[in-house]
Amino acid sequence: MVVPILKQGPYLIATIPTALTDADLQGLRDGLVSQVGRCRSRGVVVDITALDVMDSFAVRTLRDVAHLTRLRGAETVIVGVQPEVAFSMVELGLTLEDVNTALDLEEGLALLDKKTKRIGKEGEARGP
Amino acid sequence: MRAHRSQARDEPSRPPSAHPRTGRRVAESRAGPPAGASTGVLLRELVAHLRQGRTQLRDEWVQRIIEARLLTAMSRDEIFAEATSVYDNYLDALETGTIEALQAYARSLSERIIPRGVETHEVVGIVLLLRDVLARSLFAKYQADFQMLNRVLDAYEPAANRIAITVAVGFVQERERVIREQQEAIGELSTPVLPVRERLLILPIIGLIDAQRARQLTEQLLRSVRANRAKVVVIDITGVPAMDSNVANHLVRTVDASRLLGAMVIVTGLSPEIAQTLVKLGLDLSKMNTVGDLQGGIEEAERLLGYRVVSLPEEKS
Repeated sequence: MVVPILKQGPYLIATIPTALTDADLQGLRDGLVSQVGRCRSRGVVVDITALDVMDSFAVRTLRDVAHLTRLRGAETVIVGVQPEVAFSMVELGLTLEDVNTALDLEEGLALLDKKTKRIGKEGEARGP
Repeated sequence: MRAHRSQARDEPSRPPSAHPRTGRRVAESRAGPPAGASTGVLLRELVAHLRQGRTQLRDEWVQRIIEARLLTAMSRDEIFAEATSVYDNYLDALETGTIEALQAYARSLSERIIPRGVETHEVVGIVLLLRDVLARSLFAKYQADFQMLNRVLDAYEPAANRIAITVAVGFVQERERVIREQQEAIGELSTPVLPVRERLLILPIIGLIDAQRARQLTEQLLRSVRANRAKVVVIDITGVPAMDSNVANHLVRTVDASRLLGAMVIVTGLSPEIAQTLVKLGLDLSKMNTVGDLQGGIEEAERLLGYRVVSLPEEKS
């Protein structure tokens, strides 16, 4: 399954609709990293609200997305972690320490707004 | 006195001289039908006998309950009233062989007497006493005919034991149900998550935390974070006297898990003992945001959320 990547102003939004295979996850990672450059995006939101299980590979891939996009000039926020998922991730030692997380899409976009503003490009507001 | 009178009222319906005759009649009929039916016939007969001696046997039973110092939480009259209905239900169960009615009765009885502090051994004790009292009366009745006595006991004992088990199990189940309910109630009470401002939650923890409570706390906290869209959570552990390594680890994990949901956790009110424990355990506390007391925690949270509390000029003057 290919996860659609939506462009929303200066940000990219990818909503994972269901549990993905490892190949799909890698596809999503590569897609996001290349799109960040093509769209000149400054932020990426990955929404995992629909996931009620996360394995270590998925967590590692999401962390990779965050690191890769940061190198290409965009902050990544993971949003919509379910409470059960959050706790099982922590139990497995997958705390995503250097990755931004937020409650939901709205919060994630707000966080990106704050982060990118602080970098000093205040002129570009989000959305049309 | 009372027993004597009602016994006199009960007895004339069947003269004592009828006993051996009935016994023989049953013994004769037993030769005909298969063994299963004869047990039923025997049971019916001995129930008839026990009904007849109801008042006397019941009084004897009550006497023995009191002598054995069972049901001390109840007055003599209460014991008497309960004993009467237990006796009748017991005989019905013996006669019909079905224990549903007795089960229901045992449950309602348990509901009534558990709040009075009646213990399991007392309930088992009184049922076994009743069994013994009735068995004694059967001994007395059939003592002349040893084979008949054997057959009667063969029929009586399994039925009586089954009843005893039913009542005891019913009582224990009812007790367990009460305990479960209370545990749930305590569980609900012990983990309040309080929204104090928009996007700010407070979780005051009071009392010892065991593994189960810690898990419940985390679960409730994470769920509340989601439900209230909280950004900052203040966990106040002023009321926690001590903490073992498991719970401390759990606390750290809770902080991490909350962060994954986008909420920041501030822990307040660490006692010197707990601070020592945490340091001795060598946990990585760099991510844990701690503030001395709840007031400081709330102020810090407000600062993070961008609130500023100002006192109005009117209040100053």
